Amino acid sequence: MTWSEMQPLLSQACSETLSMVLWSTLIAVVVGLPLGILLVLTDRGGLLQNVVANKVIGQIVNVGRSMPFIILMVALMTFTRWVTGTTIGTTAAIVPLAIGGIPFFARLVETAVREVDHGLVEAVQSMGGNTWTIVRKVLVPEALPSLIASTTTTVIALIGYSAMAGTVGGGGLGDLAVRYGYQRFETQLMWITVAILAVVISLIQFAGDFAARSLHSRGARSGPAPALRLLKAKEPAAADVSKVA
Amino acid sequence: MITTSGLTKVYRSRGREVTALDGVDLHVREGEVYGVIGQSGAGKSSLIRCVNLLERPTSGTVTVAGQDLTALAGRGPRAGRELRRARSRIGMVFQHFNLLSSRTVQDNVELPLEILGKSGKERSRKALELLDLVGLADKAKAHPAQLSGGQKQRVGIARALAGDPKVLLSDEATSALDPETTRSILQLLRDLNRQLGLTVLLITHEMDVVKSICDSAALMERGRIMESGTVSELLATPGSELAAALFPVGGEASGADRTVLDVTFHGEAATQPVISQLARTYNVDISILGAAIDTVGGLQVGRMRIELPGRYEDNVVPVGFLREQGLQIDVVGQEALLVKEGAK
Ligand SMILES: Nc1ncnc2c1ncn2[C@@H]1O[C@H](COP(=O)(O)OP(=O)(O)OP(=O)(O)O)[C@@H](O)[C@H]1O
Ligand SMILES: [Mg+2]
Repeated sequence: MTWSEMQPLLSQACSETLSMVLWSTLIAVVVGLPLGILLVLTDRGGLLQNVVANKVIGQIVNVGRSMPFIILMVALMTFTRWVTGTTIGTTAAIVPLAIGGIPFFARLVETAVREVDHGLVEAVQSMGGNTWTIVRKVLVPEALPSLIASTTTTVIALIGYSAMAGTVGGGGLGDLAVRYGYQRFETQLMWITVAILAVVISLIQFAGDFAARSLHSRGARSGPAPALRLLKAKEPAAADVSKVA
Repeated sequence: MITTSGLTKVYRSRGREVTALDGVDLHVREGEVYGVIGQSGAGKSSLIRCVNLLERPTSGTVTVAGQDLTALAGRGPRAGRELRRARSRIGMVFQHFNLLSSRTVQDNVELPLEILGKSGKERSRKALELLDLVGLADKAKAHPAQLSGGQKQRVGIARALAGDPKVLLSDEATSALDPETTRSILQLLRDLNRQLGLTVLLITHEMDVVKSICDSAALMERGRIMESGTVSELLATPGSELAAALFPVGGEASGADRTVLDVTFHGEAATQPVISQLARTYNVDISILGAAIDTVGGLQVGRMRIELPGRYEDNVVPVGFLREQGLQIDVVGQEALLVKEGAK
């Protein structure tokens, strides 16, 4: 295969992956953020303590998070068809990706929000702030560096998932690598795909770390090394991607 | 200004019950600095957190500025609008400052004003004014992490004052600070108390804090108030543990057959030569074991520990003489005897 043959394939695959990951991340963040916060608030001793709600949300999140993605994808077929009118193609792939991403992100949000010092919550309570004020002015802003790190982790996990979604008709880089590299022995194309993925993942990680760090250091010149915090947040994700792959 | 009556707090966790407050009656008058002192686990934090209902009392009532807060609390665990409004009129400062690291110093001070729904212009005017008051006008744009402990606590105090409270609660506000900084923060609290007529309820485990700024104090032990009153009342109370702790004098009896007395002088009495009069009148040899003069809560107080030969029974007359001179006499190591005497 020559470069001019590969180039359109690659650019299309890239844009497919981009759209799958972008949309699913967006949905995962929009839904996962409140869900993760609710997990903290409804917990025992939380501001909206509600043991039943906490158990229910927690269980849904746990199941969603430990379900192998490929099974989730198959299980969600009917739902996907109902939402998008089809079960194949990039748009259809966004549905299971987003649904897989929601519990993933929600758990990370929960951890990040739990780390916020309870003393800050009390301070705002003592000023007469209500729960919504506490969420808006304390929990989210104080957890923001961790939340950004969590988003980075989610994007990278979703790139991993998207490769799998691609092989069953979603398109994208994963699909390209499998179709040409695995089935037609176009090793060169496969390596280029691998290289692109490696570069993209590194760039995202770098940008995410940078954003989280600069936010963090605005607060703590001499605080704990932000890089370490980010590494800690990254660990579960790394385990997860390997499990999915 | 702050009154609690029959305040009880029982924590229940995993079947175990801890009674942190056991019928606390506290009365803090308007415009005074009131210190609550006690050992770790005595229930001090529980008490102060019950005052603005961060902690729900199990029973009893809390009244602040004539408003019964326990009545506002409602049934659920969440604070209703009325209670939140009442809280916004009570300032609180914390041991670990509790400043938001995501905000600048100025924005931290503005936070209570945001909650009160004040406009942006009003907020920044007020915040800058308060930062000026606590001596941090130049740090408005800094982040809390760039400040020293003492500066952070000043921000904490400025923030607590943003809602123009009449009452300030302080839970170990100086416990994380070094002695020098502690003094300056206490001085600031004292100044605010005088300038703004602020009523301050402060919790501490350091006697020095009570000594340097409190008008009144209470001693807490195992959830109960053991002693309380204005500093001069306490010092005038024979056998007061708090007074002894506020103003310790050392010195051990030199033998078994001796009577040891703590003599407390207030104001005028300090100038009279009572001890030499005593020695001359009764022809006794008096040894001075220890003595100190100090300012406690703005009062000049002297205390002296003296030793007379013979047991207490032999010295009833000299002790009576000293009492007649208007001095406060505590017989050291004779509590049991006093009780016996009282029983007669
Ligand atoms: N949330 C809680 N749940 C269960 N027990 C608690 C809780 N808070 C306090 N206690 C218990 O109540 C008692 C009083 O605690 P409190 O914090 O009021 O003491 P303190 O006088 O402030 O002590 P310190 O000087 O160490 O701060 C302690 O025995 C403590 O273990
Ligand atoms: Mg305490």
